[in-house]
Amino acid sequence: MKVGVLALQGAVAEHIRLLEQAGADAIPVKKVSQLAEIQGLVLPGGESTTIGKLMKQYGFDTALQQFHQEKKPIFGTCAGMILLAKEIAGQDWNHLGLMDMKVERNAFGRQRESFEVDLDIKGIPEDFRAVFIRAPLILEVGKNVDVLASHDGQIVAARQDHLLAISFHPELTDDERVHGYFLEMVQEYRGVETV
Amino acid sequence: MIETGTSRVKRGMAEMQKGGVIMDVINAEQAKVAEAAGAVAVMALERVPADIRAAGGVARMADPTIVEDVMKAVSIPVMAKARIGHFVEAKVLEALGVDYIDESEVLTPADEVFHINKKEFTVPFVCGARDLGEALRRIGEGASMIRTKGEPGTGNIVEAVRHQRMMQSQIRKVQAMSYDELMAEAKNLGAPYELLEYIHKNGKLPVVNFAAGGVATPADAALMMHLGSDGVFVGSGIFKSDNPERFAKAIVEATTHYEDYALIGQLSKDLGTAMKGIEISSLLKNERMAERGW
Repeated sequence: MKVGVLALQGAVAEHIRLLEQAGADAIPVKKVSQLAEIQGLVLPGGESTTIGKLMKQYGFDTALQQFHQEKKPIFGTCAGMILLAKEIAGQDWNHLGLMDMKVERNAFGRQRESFEVDLDIKGIPEDFRAVFIRAPLILEVGKNVDVLASHDGQIVAARQDHLLAISFHPELTDDERVHGYFLEMVQEYRGVETV
Repeated sequence: MIETGTSRVKRGMAEMQKGGVIMDVINAEQAKVAEAAGAVAVMALERVPADIRAAGGVARMADPTIVEDVMKAVSIPVMAKARIGHFVEAKVLEALGVDYIDESEVLTPADEVFHINKKEFTVPFVCGARDLGEALRRIGEGASMIRTKGEPGTGNIVEAVRHQRMMQSQIRKVQAMSYDELMAEAKNLGAPYELLEYIHKNGKLPVVNFAAGGVATPADAALMMHLGSDGVFVGSGIFKSDNPERFAKAIVEATTHYEDYALIGQLSKDLGTAMKGIEISSLLKNERMAERGW
């Protein structure tokens, strides 16, 4: 199975390493044309304002609407989660707007407030060491969105059909279980016909 | 248990900046221009390096008002510089809430022997280096990110190229060494042995490695990416150019697509004049900022 990591800016190599560790072929995606080669895409952590601008500039915003229509799974971590969200607190526009949730950027504060903690994630047995860096939060989700993890009563991981969004950075650990979970989603949606 | 300020959290922050451009700014207005152009972070300063060079005298930490104005103006991370060895300036910056501290040779050093013990801080640090030994000494002290020193405020890329080439060549050499040779090489480089072991096994620094000190054009940024940099700092290069908005955007794009030469050609068209450069050999030894740090 071949998946991609959007490589406009951010922690790309780390995602590729863990996707391969979890058993996939993974490539960095810099051009829209590469989307045809892959069955799933990771939107990595980085700066959402930077990645969002570059996505628009190179036509990823429209190409990913199509990717989404084809029910190909997309997995956003941190900045990637912001890119997926339908609504972003404090601003009247979004990036891709694919996932029915409202997120808040830098919800825990500045870098000195960044932290790591053991987290219980639905669908993943045993705790996961979650690294939060200037992380966003999910404030609200639509009824078609399944909450997968919460920290301090606030949502930090969620899934909507073939879309997965998490606030933290599994790619900064050596634990490939979240990436494995995403690859199962890719497997599940392979060959699903476009509606 | 919740843990803040772990090395994973501090180094991870720099990982998120990879493939991006960090821009020097001196006020809220410039910070907004940088953010709009797609900068991944801004460095809040009282003067850009070219003006520090021109002004002479002692260069210190910026006025906290400037740092706070910039922090209020943008949602991207804000960095600020402390003098080498000046741990009180660093503690002040940490208290202000900056996201990253640059213990920087651009400012006048406060200590001619010791750098800051960066492990004591919750906020991460970036430090300059000219070669592998210097980079590993800084990482040994707790730096979570390394950048080349280059020669700041000159708009001349030659020193940054020298430093990145040196670092990459030394990394390859250590990687190819036999295990038996590592301790002697640690002594030779003046670097912690454990970090040399890491380089030997992994063929890269354990932290993100950016380019800095002389980047003035989109092609300069792309060149540094080719030489193995994870991203680029641009100091005077943007706001000392004719058209900061366009230079900033073009450098961001060239950093992302550093292998797309047709695009870099497009980006470089009609940009206006880049900052006026300085030939390195015209600098006196005491005017060379890269010589600061030990």
